[in-house]
Parts: sequence; C-alpha cells; structure tokens
Amino acid sequence: MTLPLPDDAALVSVRDLVFYHGERKIFDGVNLRFLKGRVTAIMGPSGTGKTTLLKLIGGQLRPHRGAVLVDSADVHRLRTGELYELRKRMGMLFQSGALLTDLSVFENVAFPLREHTRLPESVIRSLVLMKLQAVGLRGARDLMPSQLSGGMARRVALARAIALDPLMILYDEPFTGQDPISMGVLVKLIRDLNRELGLTSIVVSHDVKETLSIADYVYLISGGVVVGEGTPAAIAGSGSPWIRQFVHGDADGPVPFHFPAPDYRADLLGNGRQH
Amino acid sequence: MGDLFQRLGHLTLGGLRKLGRANFFMAHVLLGGLGGLLVRPRLLLSQIFFVGVLSVLIVGVSGLFVGMVLGLQGYYVLSDFGAEQTLGVMVAASLVRELGPVVTALLFSGRAGSALTAEIGLMKTTEQLAGMEMMAVDPLRRVVAPRFFAGVASMPLLAALFSMVGVMGGYFVGVGLLGVDDGAFWSQMKAKIDFYEDVVNGVIKSAVFGVIVTWIAVYEGYDAAPTAEGVSRATTRSVVYSAFAVLGWDFVLTALMFGDH
Repeated sequence: MTLPLPDDAALVSVRDLVFYHGERKIFDGVNLRFLKGRVTAIMGPSGTGKTTLLKLIGGQLRPHRGAVLVDSADVHRLRTGELYELRKRMGMLFQSGALLTDLSVFENVAFPLREHTRLPESVIRSLVLMKLQAVGLRGARDLMPSQLSGGMARRVALARAIALDPLMILYDEPFTGQDPISMGVLVKLIRDLNRELGLTSIVVSHDVKETLSIADYVYLISGGVVVGEGTPAAIAGSGSPWIRQFVHGDADGPVPFHFPAPDYRADLLGNGRQH
Repeated sequence: MGDLFQRLGHLTLGGLRKLGRANFFMAHVLLGGLGGLLVRPRLLLSQIFFVGVLSVLIVGVSGLFVGMVLGLQGYYVLSDFGAEQTLGVMVAASLVRELGPVVTALLFSGRAGSALTAEIGLMKTTEQLAGMEMMAVDPLRRVVAPRFFAGVASMPLLAALFSMVGVMGGYFVGVGLLGVDDGAFWSQMKAKIDFYEDVVNGVIKSAVFGVIVTWIAVYEGYDAAPTAEGVSRATTRSVVYSAFAVLGWDFVLTALMFGDH
C-alpha cells in the first residue's frame, strides 16, 4: 500500500543507527523511513529502546554510528541554534505528558507560542482555544495539570505539541495505562490530526490492536534490529513465529517465559551459593 | 592498601568530573540566561518572590533570636570587665562580619536551596525539562537562570536583614532588659564599626555565599537521578554541600579580609 516510494517521500530517515546505553547495545544498525503525511508505528517489547529512538530523532541523544535525517537535515550535525529551529517544527508527546506543573492548561498550550512568537495576547488566546477545541478540552482551560486525569493530560500535551503547527509529531507510548474510552479518544485524535493537519506521525507503542488500527506502516524492533516491517495487514498475517507471538501476546514462544537462569534443579539444591 | 588508593583516586576523579560539569553548566547559565532575563524580567521577579521574599520570615525571626543571645552572652562576658558599654560593638561586629552572612546562607540553603533542588529535580523526573528541550526552549535559560539569579540577588539582602534584626535583638536584651546605656550602645557601635572593613566585607561575603548556595542547589537539581530516590539524595546533598562550602569559604574570605590584623 505504501512502499515502494522514492526516497524524497521520507520526512525522517534513520540510517544504519548504532547506539549504546553504557555497555549495552540498544540499536545495532537500524534503518527506518518515515513517509510524509503517514502514521508510522514502531513496535517492540519493553526495553527495546523505543523511547531512546525518539530521543535520537529529536536530537536529545547522539548515536554512536549512523545518521538521522529530518527534512534532509542531519540532526546530529546541526548546531544548537539550528537544532532548536528544527525542533520548533517537531512536536513530541511524552508518555507522562510532561506538562509544566506550575502552569494552567491554557498557559501550558500557550507556552511554546509565548516562547517563540511575539503574537498579541488576543491572537494567542484564539490559537490556544482552537488547539484545545481540537482535543476537546476547551472547557478545561483553567484547570491545573494536577487536576487532570492521565488521558486528559496527554490530550493537553497533544494540544501543546501542535501549538506551533509542526511538520511531524513523535508519540511516546500514547496508549499506555489508558482506560478504554481515553484510549479510543487518543486513537481518534492521532488519526484525525494526522489527516487534517497533514502531519507526519511516528508512534512508538506496544499496544498492538490500537497501533495497528491507525498505522500506515509498522516497524517491529527487538534486540536492537528490525525484525519485521510492513503494513498492519502484513504484520497481522505474518508467518514469523516471533511476530505472531508479539501480535497475539502469547506468554511463551520464541521469546521465552523465563529470563535466562542456571538449571532449576541445581539452583534449588543451592550448590553453595547464597542467593 | 592498593584498593584504598584505587578508591581514593576514583572518588577524586569523580569529584573533579562533577566540578567540571558544574562549571560548564554555570557558564551556560551565565552566558545564556542573563540576556533572556533582561528581555523578560517577570521570570526573575517571580523567582525573587519565591526564593527571597518567602525567606524573609525565617531569616528575620532567626536574626532576632541570634541577636538576643549575642546580647545576653556578650553582656555576661563584658560586664566582668566593666566593658558592657561596648556591647553594641560586639553584637554588630559579630553579626555584620560573620553571623549575618554565614547563618543566613545556612538558613537560605535549608529554606530556598533545598526547594530549588527538589523543584528542578522533580521537573527532570517528570520529563518537564526534556519536554521543554523538545519545544526548543532551553531549560537552563528558562528554568535554571531565573532561579539562580534570584538566589544571588536575594542572599545579600536577606543577610542585611538578618544583621539588622539581630542588632535590634541585641539592643532589646542589652539596653531594654539588662540596663546597658542606650547612648553608649549606639555611639560605640558607630565609632568602631567601619563601613568598608565591616559592612562592605560582610556584603561581599553574603554575595559570595549566595552564588555558592544557589549554584549548588540548581546544579544538584539538574544533575539529580530522575527517580524519587535520586531527587531525595540530591536535596540532601544540596544542603550538606552548601553547609560545607559556606563554612569553608567563610574561613578563606575571613582570612583574606581580616587577616592583616
């Protein structure tokens, strides 16, 4: 459905990415392409560095090898000023929302506008109300972040992420810990915003059903490499045992139930060890 | 033995590395932050309120009691020599030279420094600082710089308040309760306390302590491990390091300022 397309259709490309966390290798030569105007999902088990990948794309971490190109600019070769200019065109939705706790909902959404523009107050007010209307929280403008539920906080953060009309949005685990209704609201918002604002969306998640329902293309990452990619239909129908286990959430399979350990019988008998 | 040296070396290198990071951090705050604050003074003013104005009560009350104790103890010693007329000098010199800057800095690190560390540490833990970075807003300019400059501006004023209230406390006990002569209390103080040597040096001390305490507080918050335990440790470190640094630097500054006597 989406591939093959010429390379210039990719807003973000990750090339041969290698990244270590201390001694641990998180990415071992990962190649990814995120097409303009599409929702691309990155899925994989917890601890595979999905959030790390978003931080690498946003330039908050530096790779040990390889490159990340955003709108044909190499993120890690930009000077600080250029990187900040690029970030104004990137929205990022953190897992926690990352709202500023000392500011109201209205002021949180107004924050990037106040920091980066010199718009008159009346224009800022209209823009903020429009963004809040888009996420359905215009009525919550006077609440403080501590008064919001987790789902509402993420919607406010989403309104803030689109305040400067970015090219793209990075979503970090947008569905984690949500009740079914908030989950449905977020799924709808991500899909609608992507279509109506012409955004490019990168969704990092391990919620299989929701992610497959909104993504145009999916990458599965495990053990530092891409283990599968394709359209949601191709992923769901994949013959690979690992992908099948991940998509269906089976407890045992190619990914064993047990963390690697010495022989059970020998371990129970002690063998002179303290633990 | 070799193990001991290895650990000592490890600790020293770790400490030096941290000192280096803290210096880069401060250079960034100073270079980037000052310009931004001139454009938006409201950020600085609101922090001066939180860091400085809200510390006025604790500093004032402590100053009053310290001054009263000085009046009492000073009177007991001085009256043995018939020198209770000089009580005003003793109270004022102790406060302006030493107790004002030092005790205020210790109180300030407990009241405002710990709050700064915890606030910045929690902002890091809840990804607020990372969120700002991704919104192309430099947290060192937007969050750290206003807090740092507010602390630096507040400390000398708080120390001056401490000394002033302390002198009033000493006066209340010495003159009001113990019967030292009112005129002698003030005239001796006026004659013996030198504006440059005592007052200006005291202000310099309190300004240096303001930089040290606030620097430690904001850096520890920014450097905190992003967990509940990390923030709690950073807050403790902020107060402990501040106390060491203030007392150590007080010795150095005192030796430099009053060493030729």
